[in-house]
Amino acid sequence: MNDAPGMLSDPATWLDQHGDSLYRFALLRVRNPTAAEDLVQETLLAAWRAKDNFAGQSAERTWLIAILKNKLIDHFRRSSRETPLPDVADTDDAIDALFTEHNDHWVRPPSAWASPDGALEQAEFWQVFQDCLAGLPARQAQAFTLTEVDGLSTEELCKALAAQPSNVWVMLHRARLRLRECLEQRWFGAQGENR
Amino acid sequence: MLSCKDVSVLLSRACDQDLSWRTRLAIRLHLLYCRGCARFERQLQFLRAAAGRLAQMDILPDGAKLSASARDRIRAALRRN
Repeated sequence: MNDAPGMLSDPATWLDQHGDSLYRFALLRVRNPTAAEDLVQETLLAAWRAKDNFAGQSAERTWLIAILKNKLIDHFRRSSRETPLPDVADTDDAIDALFTEHNDHWVRPPSAWASPDGALEQAEFWQVFQDCLAGLPARQAQAFTLTEVDGLSTEELCKALAAQPSNVWVMLHRARLRLRECLEQRWFGAQGENR
Repeated sequence: MLSCKDVSVLLSRACDQDLSWRTRLAIRLHLLYCRGCARFERQLQFLRAAAGRLAQMDILPDGAKLSASARDRIRAALRRN
């Protein structure tokens, strides 16, 4: 493994050394195996062309991931242009169902989660987290991943998704409510019974 | 008075943007007597922490790997380069 800062290894070995990592990184964000494969290819080609510019300040993998991140942003922009984001619907039945109709209180208030920090250390938790993320509507998952995993600001997210701030905030809110609900049902709620 | 739904919107917004002190105060007042929303706020922080961890993990999703055909295709593309 050539993961230390400094030198690039032979580009011919990049696919074997980093291909799967790049693929997983892309797949988590685009959720489409074909698109993720294409992104890996674009990334490696771009890296090949740019190899003389490699400054040696980061590890090879970090450098490749940085290129992939740019390719991902391009990908999101492209797909937003091709299928423009519809205005976020004013109502979302699944979300509305979380609150009472007459006074907008929680129908089932969030419960206390036992040892959330401990969950982060368990492989089973990550499987559940991933399933919950995969269960979100695609746009909401994109908005959530770009914001919370990749740390994009609202401004950057709006550019990437070609959307208005009010739209992305609604998407993020819905994504967070859904994720919370899913984790409570699939992990934190089940703790007393079988964990 | 803010409803739980309003507060959930604002708590989520606060993850992405600074809110005015007036809004923050209104949220704090609500949280004083609403345990559900107070938990929601902690759970939002948890989601952020979990997602942040995900950024550093290489094992996801599912230890997925490039398929052999994709690998061949990419190798061929690199060779043409």
